[in-house]
Amino acid sequence: MANSQLNSGNPRVDIEYRRKKSAEEMRHQVVSFALMIFLTLIAFAAVAIKGFSAWFIVPFILLLAVVQVIFQLYYFMHMSHKGHEAPSMFLYSGLLVGLVTVLAFSTIIWW
Amino acid sequence: MHAEDKLTYETWPAEPEKSTLEAKNKFLGFWFFLGGETVLFASLFATYLALKDKVPDSTHTLAKDLYDLPLTFVATMLLLTSSLTSVYAMYHMKNFNAKKMNLWLVLTLLLGLAFLGLEIYEFNHYVHEYHHTFRSSAFGSAFYTLVGFHGAHVAFGLLWITTLIIRNTKRGLDLYNAPKFYVASLYWHFIDVVWVFIFTVVYLMGMVG
Repeated sequence: MANSQLNSGNPRVDIEYRRKKSAEEMRHQVVSFALMIFLTLIAFAAVAIKGFSAWFIVPFILLLAVVQVIFQLYYFMHMSHKGHEAPSMFLYSGLLVGLVTVLAFSTIIWW
Repeated sequence: MHAEDKLTYETWPAEPEKSTLEAKNKFLGFWFFLGGETVLFASLFATYLALKDKVPDSTHTLAKDLYDLPLTFVATMLLLTSSLTSVYAMYHMKNFNAKKMNLWLVLTLLLGLAFLGLEIYEFNHYVHEYHHTFRSSAFGSAFYTLVGFHGAHVAFGLLWITTLIIRNTKRGLDLYNAPKFYVASLYWHFIDVVWVFIFTVVYLMGMVG
């Protein structure tokens, strides 16, 4: 538990430490936000500047989306914190089923 | 710790979202729900990908001529920023500052509302200018189901957070409502996660052709 590690027996010291920690986390989150905006800009620019072939753009923007979602999950939704083993299992199980569905629908179905 | 405990700035725990049994259950249950939501949205994405541009005849507008890049860009920025404002709200929740938390949540709501307004404008535009409706083609059905379902999630999130703020204005923060705020912010981030894939897979890939 993060709680027990943060307990020095002196409440004043604990609060100072925790405030510092959450300020530091906030800094990480602002940095991830800046990166997310940056990745979004690149993705939109890649499409807006006509001249790249679809074979390059599609995998490229998908990769940018995946990176951005990792930032969102691990920093904004705190999955990088301790105690997120079960949430990770739930999310990745869902993702596995979801990806198989996407794969099936986009390869087997045609008109 | 118990939900009824009267806490102060000094005694507020480091992880208020997981300090009581109820909170732990809520936290776990909500992530389980998000796993299910992932499957739900993935199957809607799969359907969209299979039915994209599947129209009965050439009078129907295809994705390439339908979507508008600037509009999608503005919507993306609004939702992405609202994700950051809800992070700020949770930062103040952890510091036991209910006033500032509420302020950032209201900002989140305003950004979400602007996003929803843009989406309604967009759908209205498609229906009236392009006759691209839910029933006009398989492409239309798949598009409105996927993007509309996300929009409905945004609308639900707005109602949820509004209710939480109103319900807890006089109460301040305690271990009973802190997990509720935390879980609502997780939901809000998840909406943004889904949107990242919508703007990439639907709009950007749709523009590429």
